[in-house]
Amino acid sequence: MSSNLRIMVACKRVIDYAVKIRVNAAGTAVETANVKHSMNPFDEIGTEQAIQIKEALTKAKGKAEVIVVSCGPSKSQETLRTALAMGADKAIHVETDEELQPLAVAKLLKAVVEKEKPDMIILGKQAIDDDSNQTGQMLAGLLNWPQATFASKVELSEKAMTVTREVDGGVETIKTSFPAVLTTDLRLNVPRYASLPNIMKAKKKPLTKFTVADLGVDVKSRLQTLKIAEPPKRQGGKLVESVDDLLDKLKNEAKVL
Amino acid sequence: MFSAIRPRLASAIAKPALLNAVRPRFFTQAVVARSEIPSLHTLTEDEELLRESVARFAQEQILPKVAKMDETELLDKDVLKGLFEQGLMGIETDTKYDGSESSFMSAILTIEELAKVDPSISVICDVQNTLVNTLFRKYASDDIKQRYLPRLATDTVGCFCLSEAGSGSDAFALQTRAVKDGDNYILNGTKMWITNSGEAEIFLVFANVAPEKGYKGITCFVVDKSMGVKVNKKESKLGIRASSTCTLNFDDIVVPASNVLGEVGKGYKYAIEILNEGRIGIAAQMLGLAQGAFDATMPYLFQRKQFGSFIGSFQGMQHQYAQIAVEIEAARLLTYNAARLKEQGKPFVKEAAMAKLYASQVAERTASRCIEWAGGIGFTRDFPIEKFYRDCKIGAIYEGTSNIQLQTIAKALEKQYSA
Repeated sequence: MSSNLRIMVACKRVIDYAVKIRVNAAGTAVETANVKHSMNPFDEIGTEQAIQIKEALTKAKGKAEVIVVSCGPSKSQETLRTALAMGADKAIHVETDEELQPLAVAKLLKAVVEKEKPDMIILGKQAIDDDSNQTGQMLAGLLNWPQATFASKVELSEKAMTVTREVDGGVETIKTSFPAVLTTDLRLNVPRYASLPNIMKAKKKPLTKFTVADLGVDVKSRLQTLKIAEPPKRQGGKLVESVDDLLDKLKNEAKVL
Repeated sequence: MFSAIRPRLASAIAKPALLNAVRPRFFTQAVVARSEIPSLHTLTEDEELLRESVARFAQEQILPKVAKMDETELLDKDVLKGLFEQGLMGIETDTKYDGSESSFMSAILTIEELAKVDPSISVICDVQNTLVNTLFRKYASDDIKQRYLPRLATDTVGCFCLSEAGSGSDAFALQTRAVKDGDNYILNGTKMWITNSGEAEIFLVFANVAPEKGYKGITCFVVDKSMGVKVNKKESKLGIRASSTCTLNFDDIVVPASNVLGEVGKGYKYAIEILNEGRIGIAAQMLGLAQGAFDATMPYLFQRKQFGSFIGSFQGMQHQYAQIAVEIEAARLLTYNAARLKEQGKPFVKEAAMAKLYASQVAERTASRCIEWAGGIGFTRDFPIEKFYRDCKIGAIYEGTSNIQLQTIAKALEKQYSA
C-alpha cells in the first residue's frame, strides 16, 4: 500500500430501487424512458466504504484519494455527481451509448485501472438492474488481482486487507494483499446522505471523460438478448374449508403432492 | 343583422390593447417551440441532488419519529442534529462562516421536502434559514456575522422575536423597549408565540429605542440566551406541535450596543423586508404539506374497494382528486416563481404574498379532502393524514395572516392601476 492510498469505486446508474419495473411493448428491454434512476445501492455502499477508509486514514495522519468511475450514457454523470457529493474526490466517466455487458465493463475498468493505478477497486457485488454479479470477479481475473467478494466487514492494515464475506454456509474471513478487488454486500455499511456543503463542493471536483475508443476496448456484446418478459401475473388465491380440502386440492388440482 | 355585429366590432376597435394581447398568440407557439427558457419545474443539478438527499433524510430519519414528536410535543434531538449535519441550517450562509453557500431556491426545496414528511420540522429549518440567517447575512456587521453565523450554521438554533400580545399584524404597536445606558442597551418587554424559542440560544429581538419616533425607533438586537432571556411556558398547540412556541420575557436585559443588528431605528424596515421573502418559505412549507397529505392518501384510493370497485375509480372521487392535483400544481408554480424572482433580484413582494396565501389555502383544502377520501382511517391517529390537517392551519396565521397577504397584494395592485 502506498502512503497515499488510491481507492477506485465503480458506480452504475440504474433504475431506482423503488420504481416498479415495466417491460417495453416490443418485449426487448425494460422501459427506461422517464423512469427515475439513481446509483446502484451496492455501489453506494462501495462509495461509502471508500470514504470511510479515507476518513479513518486522514484521522491517522495518512492520505487517501477516492476516484469514482462510471461507464454508460451521458446521464451517468448524475450518478458520479452523487458520489462526489457523498465525498469522493474525483470522477471518471467512460461515455458510451452501447449496451454494456459485465465483460465489457470489466475490460473498461481494467483500462481505467491501468491509467489511474489504484491500490484497490471497490464494486457493488451486483447491480440491481441485471443482477449479473460478474463484473468484480471478471475484473479481478483480467487484472490478475486477488478478489474479496460479498464483503460484510473490511479491515485495513499496512500491507493487507482482512475481509469478512457472507457465503452460503455462514461467514468466511479472508486476508488479501494489495492491490485487490473488493465487492460489497448489503450489510457492509449504511451509506450517508449527500450533505448540502458537499453537494456544493462536488461542483468544483474534477470529472474526466473518456470514450471507449480512448481506452481501446472492444465492448461488443457476446450475448444476445432474445426476449424480456414480465413474470406471470399472480392468480387469485382460494379459501378452503378444511385441511382435508386443502390436501385434496394440493393432490388433485395443483398436483404438487 | 349588421347592428348585432357592429357593437362588438366597435368594442374591439375601442380596445386595441386587448387585440394586441390576443393577436401574438398565433406566433408564440413557433417561438415557444424554440425557447430556451426552462419550465419552473426545471432544477439545476445541485438542486436535484439536494432535493433527493433531503427527501431521503426525511423519509429515513424523520418519518419514524413524526408521530411521537407530535404526541409528546417534543423535537427529537437527533433530528435537529441531523439538520445541522446535513448543512440544512445554514443553507445560504457563506462557507467562510461554515455555511453551505447554496441558493434561496435550495432553501425553498429543502423546506418543501421536509414538510412532505413533517411540517413542524420544516418550520424549524424555514425560520432558521429564511428569517434568522438572512437577517444576519443582509444587515449585520462583519463582527456580528463572525460571532453568530458559524454557530447558527453548525449547532445553534436562532429565533425571530417580533410578535407581542398587542402587536402582530400591527407591528408599529410593539411595546418592547430598549434604553441606551452607556455602551449598552437595557431591554424590557414580552414577546409571544416565538417559533423555535424553546431550543434557541440566539434571539433577534425587535425593540423600540425611541417610542416618540414611532416605528422609526424600532431596532433589532442580537440577544444571547445567556444575557438573561427568560423562556416561559411552551404553548400547547393544534398543529406543528414538535416545533416549540414560547413566550419570552426580557427583564432589564443588558445588551452591548455592538449587538445592534444593522442600524438603530431600521428594525421595522428589516423585519418587513425579511418577512417578504420569508413568506416564500411558508408557501413552500404549505406546498410540501399539501403534497405530503396527497401522497399519503392517494394509494389508499386504489386499495379500498366499495361496490366492487376501487374508490379512486368512481367519477365523484376522480373529479375531486384531479381538482386538488391542479391546485397543488398551481401552488407549486406560484411558489417556485416567487423564489426564482427573488433569486434573480426582481420585484417579488406581490408574488410572494400570492404564493403564501394560495399555498396555505391549498394545504387546507388538500388536507381536509384527504381525510374525507380516506374515510374512517383518515380520521384516526394511526395514519398521518389528520396531522397534516392540524398542521395546515398555521399557514393562514404566521408570517402575515391571509388578510395581510391580501392587503399586500391589493396595495401592489392599487399602485399599478391608480397611477
